Amino acid sequence: MIVDGLRGAGNFDIQVISEPSGLARQIQVRDPDVVLIDIANPSRDVLEELTLASGPKERPVAMFTDRSGAGLSAAAVEAGVSAYVVDGLQPARLKPVLDAAIARFRLFQRMRTELAEAKRALEERKVIDRAKGMVMKARGIGEDEAYALLRKAAMDQNKRVAEVAQALVTAAGLLA
Amino acid sequence: MSMTRIPAGYLPLTDAAPLIAAQEMGFVAEERLTLDLHRAPSWSSLRDMLAFGKVDAAQMLAPVPVAAALGLGGASAPFSVLSVLSVNGTVIVVSNSLSRKMAEAGHRFSFDDAVTAGKALIAAAGPDLRIGVPFPFSMHTELLTYWLRGLGPETPRGINILTVPPPRMAEAIKRGEIDAFCVGEPWGSIAVEQGSGTLLLPGRAIWSFAPEKVLAVRSGWAETEPGLSGRLIRALWRAGRWLADPASRGLAAEILSSRRYLDLPAEIIERTLSGKFTVSAQGLQRDAPDFIEFHNGAAGFPWRSQAQWIALQLAERNGLDRQAALETAGSVFRSDLYRAALRGTGAKLPGASSKLEGANTASLQAAGESETVSLLQNRFFDGRVFDPLAAD
Repeated sequence: MIVDGLRGAGNFDIQVISEPSGLARQIQVRDPDVVLIDIANPSRDVLEELTLASGPKERPVAMFTDRSGAGLSAAAVEAGVSAYVVDGLQPARLKPVLDAAIARFRLFQRMRTELAEAKRALEERKVIDRAKGMVMKARGIGEDEAYALLRKAAMDQNKRVAEVAQALVTAAGLLA
Repeated sequence: MSMTRIPAGYLPLTDAAPLIAAQEMGFVAEERLTLDLHRAPSWSSLRDMLAFGKVDAAQMLAPVPVAAALGLGGASAPFSVLSVLSVNGTVIVVSNSLSRKMAEAGHRFSFDDAVTAGKALIAAAGPDLRIGVPFPFSMHTELLTYWLRGLGPETPRGINILTVPPPRMAEAIKRGEIDAFCVGEPWGSIAVEQGSGTLLLPGRAIWSFAPEKVLAVRSGWAETEPGLSGRLIRALWRAGRWLADPASRGLAAEILSSRRYLDLPAEIIERTLSGKFTVSAQGLQRDAPDFIEFHNGAAGFPWRSQAQWIALQLAERNGLDRQAALETAGSVFRSDLYRAALRGTGAKLPGASSKLEGANTASLQAAGESETVSLLQNRFFDGRVFDPLAAD
């Protein structure tokens, strides 16, 4: 997604390194203007070393996003993107790249959260249905009535229906 | 009783134990604090999290705050060191092909002699030796550099120190990207378990009292929150004392091993705490007494001379003015705040804030604020002594 976002933002030559081994060498071979790395990636410390390496050409020096605008580096840290820039690239050229990357990253994170949320809801639905079925069978009552019982138990115990249902299913598993 | 929450960061290593034990065993709660512990993926991330205020306290490689004060490294804010979290605790690991060559040449992997091990390593490695460290500014880098340079004229010029994240070390050595590495436990023992390396030396064989991890905060935070700083120092001192008790080892290893923290087998973590190591995939056992120290010998005390030793190494490698580096570094380790926080608690505090590094060939009693303080062996493998006053 970051790659798509950057493609949309301008004409960049983008290469994705998915293999952490020999990262430093891969970067030196490709000699990029900018390296973007997910901050959650432990290999970020390898880039840190590259920024310190001496020798004129193999020196992707420089900076964290600091000098390209106030607050940008903090935003990048928050969003999980950090940038290392090869000598000579104008900060002005970097900013739109980063802006796009950060925006994409945020979108990606939001989607990830939404997906997890949807999965959880689906899981809970299943448990509630099972618990409902067990109550119906044990008491010989209808679906609506069984659900009403679960809801009442939840309210009495100050819990969520899903929690009561889970407790019932777990207990039934032990007794079976 | 209201608790103050302090967001704090650490990396998954055995020496994150003081922060984790302080939270889990209730030592911070005694100071009406709660630590919101964040596991960081890398040292540069943790440094930036601290610099930008995402956490207010962090486990940090001792050289990082010193390097920041000297203007070395990436984006940063001025940091202050409130205490030393751990002394020693690293290992040097060699690849299977190197350990085979060394064994054939008669090396016995005694796991205690830096001179013999270093010469055997150089003889086996030939002119090119690639060694992995977790971060450019680390005690690992300093110990390796000091050791290899100190071995004398046979040290090859082609030594290459590369950064490799600790969880990747075992894989990197297996793939032949590096020939050896220095890392904080349990990552060396993990490599042994995976059959990809052999433990050559504990870090303490190079310097027997090396400040490994420190408790770092933003200097601005230390100024505006003296009360919180003091409470943190006290809580971590108590956590260190608990960790130093051999009876705590089993439980400490269990807590660290949980999925929330290191997510690694407790048995392997316990090797760090007990100093009983399996050094080779063939099961060779070695004892390394005092492998890691959290409390004894005033281990938590942030000696100015420790910061100055680090500063001098960094200044020499980076071509900085030595005298200026010594002066700047001295104020990074806040022995003044440490004293103020622990005075009157029963903690024994040394009388001086600076000492000769490398001068104790054995444990000794030193003058303290109110009573004598026992200091542990503090010796460099080559017997040199660092005198911060004579180092300009």
